[in-house]
Parts: sequence; structure tokens; C-alpha cells
Amino acid sequence: MTLDRDKLAARIAADIPYGAYVNLGIGAPTLIADHLDPAADVILHTENGLLGMGPTPATAGVEVDPDLINAGKLPVTALPGASYFDNAISFGMMRGGHLDVCVLGAFQVSVTGDLANWHTGAPDAIPAVGGAMDLAIGAKQVWVMMDLLTKEGASKLVSACSYPLTGVGCVARVYTDHAVFEVGASGARVLERFDATLEKLRELTGLGLEES
Amino acid sequence: MRTKIVADVAAALDGVADGSMVLIGGFGLAGHPIALIDGLLEQGARDLTIVCNNAGNGDHGVAALLREGRVRKVVCSFPRQADSYVFDALYRAGKVELEVVPQGNLAERIRAGGAGIGGFFSPTGVGTMLAEGKETRVIDGRSYVLESPIHADVALLGAYLGDRLGNLVYRKTSRNFNPVMASAATTSIAQVDRVVEVGALDPEAVVTPGIFVDRVVAVGDRPWLVSA
Repeated sequence: MTLDRDKLAARIAADIPYGAYVNLGIGAPTLIADHLDPAADVILHTENGLLGMGPTPATAGVEVDPDLINAGKLPVTALPGASYFDNAISFGMMRGGHLDVCVLGAFQVSVTGDLANWHTGAPDAIPAVGGAMDLAIGAKQVWVMMDLLTKEGASKLVSACSYPLTGVGCVARVYTDHAVFEVGASGARVLERFDATLEKLRELTGLGLEES
Repeated sequence: MRTKIVADVAAALDGVADGSMVLIGGFGLAGHPIALIDGLLEQGARDLTIVCNNAGNGDHGVAALLREGRVRKVVCSFPRQADSYVFDALYRAGKVELEVVPQGNLAERIRAGGAGIGGFFSPTGVGTMLAEGKETRVIDGRSYVLESPIHADVALLGAYLGDRLGNLVYRKTSRNFNPVMASAATTSIAQVDRVVEVGALDPEAVVTPGIFVDRVVAVGDRPWLVSA
């Protein structure tokens, strides 16, 4: 069976090392926060200026404060020991390699770790990058959480991205509903299969995959 | 006695000229100086270049400046949002220029502008279309792209408390771009909920030192802090 979003989020949460500083990208990766073991002592960063991000106000049982939001501009809370800072410091944390793990969504990831997740390249699309390019190059490890296939059945793990790039060679690992892949300079390898045989994964992706 | 306090929003915006580059703080609506932006609309300056993380939400603030045709160019990281319809329509009609900058490069370019740095090499954006035409350099085996500083005529800041010396503190994640923008404009103008007495702000906790701020105007408590 393929993993649904929630199970995949739990699978990723289990791989986040003890004590890590982590940034979870907008969209599906935010689900990972719900599966982090409090004993893992993970500290969440949000690039609009908060370390020690807590759950939503509803989950925490407190009022919404419009001055306390995440990168998706949704209300959040701050845990004891949290800190606030400006954007230059926040992106310095990222660019300076102080974050351990960042998990992002993607349109496409190449076998060498190129990431495309900000722009479809459609002529009428208004380009909007936000912090995507900074995040792509700004953590010690960048992981992607995505469906392996588009709605049309095309593989999003590709030999080379056709969408405009967010970052070059920046992704280390790709968690999908079918399997977990390692990507990088030496190409893509299958780390874990959830449902499909290796042969089936080769067929779905059109890539000459090997298991590690 | 030295004071940067001005009587009202109109006085705060006095002298903002047509053609100005204006930095506007805020991430979405958090720390967005709505009263000053509304005042700028009233004040009438035109042909503005707006530097702001977003390109307006709904019909107010930056969206209103855009709708009234006051803005020639927007420099931002994330113009497209669920409710950025005013910007979207103008952009598609070719009526406003757009420079998209990765958010961290935008913050650092403004920081550089305020700190007297003539440019810097950033790893963000290397190999992407946002680095096209820019100088790149390999330093210690890593590729970087040259980014230029941003220094503006005016900064509009959304702070929480301020004193007559211009010292400012913010609330929670509403700090965002405001402190770097304060440092990077010829005239920096802060709206605050309240002006407090000199000495009331703990010097250890002042976020924006008063040297960066030229005018402070009190606009009243933000609605969610007014007790029922």
C-alpha cells in the first residue's frame, strides 16, 4: 500500500534526529509537526522570525494572536524558550547552515538533487519565490515530501527538471507515497519501498533505479 | 528637547516625494504599517517603487496604493497570494513592474543598504532564473551570486512601542522586515501603538535603536490588544 500524507509525515518525523533545528515548508510538510515525539526535543523554525514554534492556537487552547504567524501566514503559538528575530537574522540562520533539516514540497526533484518547487514556468504565472530558494540551500539536509506521480501519472522524480529550478544539487532525500529515495551527485537510489517492487518503481519513474 | 514624535500620520508622511523608493515592513499583515500606508494614499505621492515582502492583500494597504495607480514598481519576494487580486490584475495588464527577490536575499540586501555594504555574494538563487545576468563567483568551492544593496528614500515601519528618541520594540513575529528597513532609508517613519516615556523601554530589549528612526507616530492599540 502507498502511504497517505499523514503516514508519510509520520515516517519523515521518525527520521528527524534528536535535538534537531528544523524548518517545515508550507503545505504538506507542516503535517510532520503533529508526529514529532516531544522526547525528540526538536525545535521548529519559521522563517518569518521564530524559533520554538508551537502548535496552532486551537490545539494549544489559546486565543489567536495576529502578530504570531508562520511562513504560511497562519496563526501559531510560541513554546517556552522560544525567540523572535528579524528576517535578516532568520535567513542568516538558514544560509549560514545552522538548521539541521528542512522539509519542502516539490513539483520536481532530479536524480542529482536539483529542486523545482517555486514556479511552473507557465507564461501567465506570476512568479513568487518567498523563502523557497533560501530554504533550498539553507539547511544541512534538505528533504522533499511529495507524491511520486502527478495527477496525470508523470514521475516527479526526474532525470532533469523541466520546471524552473529553485536550487541546484540541494536535495538529499525524497519521501514519496511509494518509496523513499536518496538523490545526489551519484544519482538516485531507493532507500525504502512502501508498496511497489523495484521493477515497478523503475517503470513508474522511467529511471534506472537501484536499491542502496 | 530632542523628539521624533509627530502629531499625526499626515505629519509623519510630510515631504514624501513623487518617485520615491519606499520600504514597507510586514509579512502579510503582521507588522504591516497600515495607518502609514493609508496616510501615504491620502498624502498623494505617485510613481513610487515599493519594497515589501508581499504585494498587497485584499483592497487595503499596499493594494490600495496599487489600485490608485501610485506604484510604478514592486520589489518583493511573494506577490501572488490568495487575495492579491489588485496586484495580479495590474501585473497582467502590464501596468506595474515586478522584481522578484528571494526573501532572504531581500532582507540581506536591505540590511546591506543600512549597514554600508556595497554588495554581497549569496548562495541563494545560484543556477536559477533569478540569478540570470548577475555576476557569480566560486569561493572556497561554493558558487555565489552578487547581490546589490537596497537603500531607499523612505521606510514605513509597523512597531509596537516607541519613545521620543525613536527606540522601538515589536510584537512577536510582526518584527520581520521592520528592523532592517529602519536602517536602510533616508527617512524612517514608525507607527507605534503607544509612545512611552524615555527610560520605559529596557535598553537590553530595544530592537531598533533610535538612531535609525526619524519620525514616530502613535496610532492607538491594535484591536486584538484592546481589552473588551
